[in-house]
Amino acid sequence: MLRENQRRLKFDWLTIILFLLLVAFGYLNILSASHTGEITNYFDTSELYGKQLVFVGLTFVLIILILSVEAKFYERFASVIYLIALLALVGLFLFGKEINGARSWYAIGSMTLQPSEFAKFATALAVSKYISDLQTNMQTIKDQLRAVAIIMIPAILILLQNDAGSTIVYASFFFVFYREGLQQVYLAIAIITILLAVLGLKFGVLITAVITAIVITSSYFLRKTKRTSIFQYLLVFIVCVGFSYGVKLFYEHGLKEHQQNRISLWLRLEKDPAKLERMKKAEAYNLIQSEQAISSGGFSGKGFLEGTRTTGKFVPEQETDYIFSTVGEEWGFLGSSFVIIVFVLLIIRVLFLAESQKSQFSRVYGYGVASILFVHFTINIGMVMGLIPTVGIPLPFFSYGGSGLWGFTILLFIFIKLDSNKINEW
Amino acid sequence: MRKLLLLMTVVLVGIIFIARLFYLQVYNTSAYNLYEDSAIKKEFNYPKRGYVYDRNGKLLVANQPSYDVMVIPREVVPLDSANLNEFCNLLKITKEDYNRKMDRATNYSPRLPSPFVPQLSKSDYAVLQEKMRKYEGFYIQKRSLRSYQTTIGANVLGDIGEVNRSIISKQPYYKMGDLIGKQGIELSYETTLRGTKGIKFIQKDRFNKNIGPYKDGIYDTLPKPGKDITITIDSELQAYGELLMKHKRGGIVALDPSSGEILAMVTGPSYDPNLLVGRDRSKNFSKLYRDSIANPTFDRGLQAQYPPGSPFKVINALIALQEDVVDTNDRFTCRMGYYYGSRRLTGCHHHKSPVDMNSGIAQSCNAYFVNVYRRIVDKYDDAGKGMNTWAKHARSFGLGNFLNNDLSVGQPGRIPDGDYYDRAYGDNRWGSTYIVSNAIGQGEVEATPIQLANMAAAIGNRGYYFTPHIIKSIEGETIPSQYTTPKYTTIDKEHFEPVIQGMFDVYNKGTAATLKVPGIDICGKTGTAENFVKIDSVKTQLTDHSIFVAFAPKDNPKIAIAVFVENGYWGSRFAGRMASLMIEKYIKGEVTLKHMENWILTHSLENEYAKPYSGEPFKINGETTLQVIDNYAIENQNQSTVKQ
Ligand SMILES: [Zn+2]
Repeated sequence: MLRENQRRLKFDWLTIILFLLLVAFGYLNILSASHTGEITNYFDTSELYGKQLVFVGLTFVLIILILSVEAKFYERFASVIYLIALLALVGLFLFGKEINGARSWYAIGSMTLQPSEFAKFATALAVSKYISDLQTNMQTIKDQLRAVAIIMIPAILILLQNDAGSTIVYASFFFVFYREGLQQVYLAIAIITILLAVLGLKFGVLITAVITAIVITSSYFLRKTKRTSIFQYLLVFIVCVGFSYGVKLFYEHGLKEHQQNRISLWLRLEKDPAKLERMKKAEAYNLIQSEQAISSGGFSGKGFLEGTRTTGKFVPEQETDYIFSTVGEEWGFLGSSFVIIVFVLLIIRVLFLAESQKSQFSRVYGYGVASILFVHFTINIGMVMGLIPTVGIPLPFFSYGGSGLWGFTILLFIFIKLDSNKINEW
Repeated sequence: MRKLLLLMTVVLVGIIFIARLFYLQVYNTSAYNLYEDSAIKKEFNYPKRGYVYDRNGKLLVANQPSYDVMVIPREVVPLDSANLNEFCNLLKITKEDYNRKMDRATNYSPRLPSPFVPQLSKSDYAVLQEKMRKYEGFYIQKRSLRSYQTTIGANVLGDIGEVNRSIISKQPYYKMGDLIGKQGIELSYETTLRGTKGIKFIQKDRFNKNIGPYKDGIYDTLPKPGKDITITIDSELQAYGELLMKHKRGGIVALDPSSGEILAMVTGPSYDPNLLVGRDRSKNFSKLYRDSIANPTFDRGLQAQYPPGSPFKVINALIALQEDVVDTNDRFTCRMGYYYGSRRLTGCHHHKSPVDMNSGIAQSCNAYFVNVYRRIVDKYDDAGKGMNTWAKHARSFGLGNFLNNDLSVGQPGRIPDGDYYDRAYGDNRWGSTYIVSNAIGQGEVEATPIQLANMAAAIGNRGYYFTPHIIKSIEGETIPSQYTTPKYTTIDKEHFEPVIQGMFDVYNKGTAATLKVPGIDICGKTGTAENFVKIDSVKTQLTDHSIFVAFAPKDNPKIAIAVFVENGYWGSRFAGRMASLMIEKYIKGEVTLKHMENWILTHSLENEYAKPYSGEPFKINGETTLQVIDNYAIENQNQSTVKQ
């Protein structure tokens, strides 16, 4: 027992405290969002809050398990874990259960398990293993493509199960690749791609073409070397405008109507008031309810279990994707800002620890953890507050569900374990 | 750089999120208010409004149920055309009305209820109630409207109407569609009569279904019923006064001098209070309000300020005795007026001369009172000091300021003092000869009929009065002591007897000798007031106002009265007759002076009032002829007015 104690001291307690804060606060909000009437038994597993309490309890078992495994195990078995995760995803096509149009669940008795939640840490392990391999050089196109393949396989499998939200999460590995040597030009391309897509949709291809032309012409005249010809500039221009046009075409013909409407609502593209009114009752309904709930919380909130919109179940899916609206309503600006600050601190802490790792595997993995948490945090809260289009992904440690909670816990605690082991790597 | 990209992005996102939260929760949101929370349904339960009884226990105002269709625009589910048609038909409105009403409600507030179609008829309500569930965002609110048990006393009783936005912003108790007292006792006793509405907060879900009381009902309240009140008005006397005032404009205020209770408060022209009940209220009200010529919403008994004329002379007599500047036996010569040197400052009529105080009052001699008044003002070397003393005494009769009572309207009148003339003429650049009109109640002195009635009460009481008020009792409450505490004038009790004897002689042998009522000793004083209007911006004189002030009986008076009839010419012609009839009616309970009553009922001033607007030249005062109207028509109106 004495040895155990000495060992525990090496864990990064700040990370663990931030994690505990989020899990505890998350549980309280699920309690609020899911209770109906008097709460007589907190362990009543026929209620969502009762189940979540069980999930939280099992999380601690999981943590002890993860922390008691040798740190080297994760690096050594990264590929195996990744393969198991892929098999689990593939298995869904045969044995999966469809819930809300997504075939992403295994049903075990009354329990359901969502393998995509576990695929995240598995992919993070695989990516870390691949990048930290001495043979790998992220500056080369060949290795870049291989790394991309590692994330694309699970991403495509998840997309095929109709869970577009979880697919987007795999884009978070861009931050990892960039940190590990991806050329600057990719960052530039990423930013330009997003800009072109948004500009094209919002202002039309013509105005986008004009803006692109102005930028390219000015950079042509401001260039320092004469090595690039005018034709190359012209080519870039055509590619940009073509891309913007392609995005427009895809938006108009490639998307399902509800996806199209979400983007239309976000960029305020719809001008027809009748259609807008219809969208307010359909695609925008959750968002409007969610924003109203958050707004009504005011500066200090209505108090725990006292949110009138939460009690009245005005926000659909409030205990899962829209859990942050409960925080907004019941804990107000103070409580919501607190949650945001804790998330930001947690991500920064993980980043800081990642940079301090001696082994590249641990560093890449830590970066992966920070990136995945960051993308979930940004998309979920951004969506709930109406800053980005509706994308259904959970808020880590907050949203209701065992798979999600365990997936994120494993993700984080493998890193805590790796971090605790850095002294041994001297 | 590579290490910093994610770090900076995380911090940036955190800042953007907190800024967004600040915008949503702090900047763009007013303080949380349960009433504005659309997740909580508010069910109001309006209590019974208090009943109003007259001093003899006769019910004057009761209630009737009323049903408003209310709308919360944000909760309205747009209706398809078939449903919209049906709904409009049920409400008896057009589709354009529907859209206009909806726009107005949305414009007021999308999330607060406002009345959509107020005051449904009972049959419309019965049909609509069945189908109301189909129309989300609409509901029926039960309220109680007034049900007048009488057709008289519109100015006394007042009315209730929907609150406007400025009332709501000042008094958060009221919500859109609530009713509030607008005039009369409904206004001055609003909180007593209204009671307190009850409220239930009900938690709703997003399908607008009730899921239970909010916080187990800890904020819910039960309605507190409004209290019944009894007012001091004698409804028979009031009805009689209104009958006498038919075809005339003016005011009558009758008080009980022993308590300050207002027995009658008549204004003419008046209207039937039932006009201001129900869906046509605002239409009828604006019609009455816009009639700027007859001005039926102007309470002439309370708001008309005029130079009181001769009745004010008795005040000067009392002040002179109190200031010891004359003796009751001092005589003054009248040469058909008062002369200052060779200049005639004021005229007079033919009577024996010289006169002492008793004859001065009984004959209403102008010269006598100018002499008396100049002695008061010139008592000190400084006319300003004299005037200030005079004003102090006059004001102690409740003149020159608001009576500060429980009536919803009033006017201060005016008693000028030294400072007033210093401002008008310059410091010390005036003397008593400048302002002799005040001696005879003309000039700068102004009073309302209720102030004159109160003045008569103070004289009848030999030096004190109770603030005139309209509340007799409130269920379970005592009335404020300000109405039960006597207010003393600055005149000593012994000075009243000679003055009262003078007023008694007005009836006995003076200007009101023809108005005697058998068996009742009345003390009174006639008055006339010159008056002018602007016609095409030319100041034009009209026939004088007829004024009469009296109290009776002479000892321990039971009634004090002031009557004021616009353009009625001399005091005893209209006002004096009406005062005598009112006094007889109140003290005896019946009228024996049938010839006098008949004279009043068959003489109209409508032609007199039409003259200035005819566009033709017209004559005034002595050169006019009185308009006589058909007795049969009077009888008919008689029956409809004195409805029991
Ligand atoms: Zn005379």
